[in-house]
Amino acid sequence: KILVPVKRVIDAYVAIRVKADQSGVETANVKMSMNPFCEIAVEEAVRLKEAGTVTEIIAVTAGTAQCQETLRTAMAMGADRGILIQTDEILQPLAIAKLLKAVADKESPQAILMGKQAIDGDHNQTGQMLAALLGWGQATFASKIEFGDGVVTVTREIDGGLETLKLDLPAVITADLRLNEPRYASLPNIMKAKKKPLDTLTPADLGVDITPRYKTLKVTEPAARKAGIMVESVTELVEKLRNEAKVI
Amino acid sequence: MPILVIAEHDNSEIKPATLPTITAARTLDRDVHVLVAGENTQQAASAAAAIHGVTKILHCDNAAYANGLAENLAKLIVTLAPSYSHILAPASFFGKNVMPYAAALLDVQQISDVTAIENEDTFTRPVYAGNAFETLQISGTPKILTIRPTAFDAVRAEGGAASIETVQSAGETGLSHFVNQELTKSMRPELTAADIIISGGRALGSSENFTALIEPIADKLNAAIGASRAAVDAGYVPNDYQVGQTGKIVAPNLYIAVGISGAIQHLAGMKDSKVIVAINKDSEAPIFQIADYGLVGDLFQILPELDKALG
Repeated sequence: KILVPVKRVIDAYVAIRVKADQSGVETANVKMSMNPFCEIAVEEAVRLKEAGTVTEIIAVTAGTAQCQETLRTAMAMGADRGILIQTDEILQPLAIAKLLKAVADKESPQAILMGKQAIDGDHNQTGQMLAALLGWGQATFASKIEFGDGVVTVTREIDGGLETLKLDLPAVITADLRLNEPRYASLPNIMKAKKKPLDTLTPADLGVDITPRYKTLKVTEPAARKAGIMVESVTELVEKLRNEAKVI
Repeated sequence: MPILVIAEHDNSEIKPATLPTITAARTLDRDVHVLVAGENTQQAASAAAAIHGVTKILHCDNAAYANGLAENLAKLIVTLAPSYSHILAPASFFGKNVMPYAAALLDVQQISDVTAIENEDTFTRPVYAGNAFETLQISGTPKILTIRPTAFDAVRAEGGAASIETVQSAGETGLSHFVNQELTKSMRPELTAADIIISGGRALGSSENFTALIEPIADKLNAAIGASRAAVDAGYVPNDYQVGQTGKIVAPNLYIAVGISGAIQHLAGMKDSKVIVAINKDSEAPIFQIADYGLVGDLFQILPELDKALG
């Protein structure tokens, strides 16, 4: 049994707009999708099920009612059922990790497989925090996962190359981009996903305090780069780099 | 209260990303201590003690920390935490791996990838692949931060005379076990610390073209070699060459992007470079919008010419 947390985020190909009052990023009428790293985690879980290693895949998410769509996407890819922890509050990684711990305590999965980071907050924390709260081992930035008897061997991406770790199960694994290529859900599978069970809970049901720990004071746009120039030839380029920019 | 910086090291040398992290710690005008935990780390501890502006080294030499396993190291950080107002680590793969584990054990919300420190509780960090910056205020102690190394200057690695204090191991958790590492061997400067980077994209077409066209130029400029995700996925170069939101964040003096269109995710990793050069045959490629110098043309002609022009 494997638990796969997923997150609904602004689609990766959308150019985001900062709100004029600096309160955040515009999300109204913006295309939302499953976070790409979460898709990779779902895909890996489904492949493990297809290989007979995993018997049940539970997709879980925390957020507004619309996050149901993200769970349906996960189920269309092959997850067996979904759990929505519904709240309109802003959730920071520690709160999400606590909610996921509460779900893990109820469901007792042998592994939790999730994305290494969400492309909106770019925190890269939730998996590590969840492992710590559960007292489990972790393998982050996974590019290869092999389950054995009571253990999992994970190859992970590190700054200078690759590293392999062996963890006792249960464990938390976070997926990097190179783990796999997620499949597209077919129309029949999207239809079937509508009939799969989806439970809705609240943070209060789970007894978790989700009060934000930090306050966002403002959200601003990055400083714009000044316009560059086009050069006509390699000779001109090298001349500019030597004498104008003085970088070579 | 002093500030603790968790050193990233390979047991003998302190990794370059630790130095800007110490600069970030020093902006708060408090004593800065550095934790060097590992196995056979005498040399790394001495190197850390020589870093300018550090007052004390906490040295923990124990097999539990030999390979930087997050669970063991986080437990050690937790035992040290009560004495510190802030605990910082570089936002490298190392820091990203261990710090959230420690933060959760301490019931603290970590602040990731900090690019500016306004004061002791207010920090700025990029969100949405660097397309927005969030300034936030956090209460509680300790404050756990990871620092974007390219956002702060490196502190001088010499001139300091910190005392070295031995600290007790917090024990093995036994939750994870190191099997092996395969590091990419390179004589070139480290990507995140290089002054000049030349990066190739899918347009290079093959691993052989990377070697034949990019390497000679990198040699002449003493540059590190980077790549787009497309080039990595196509197998032209190993994945630790990848620059971008999901790879490495770099900010060299000169970044030369060859055959890279400039997807949001790639730009997130390099747009703070001082001077950006784009070489691409598509004059509409988004990379030209952020390039200081753009050259439209066929890279198979331009790169050999560039190699020759550099003498």
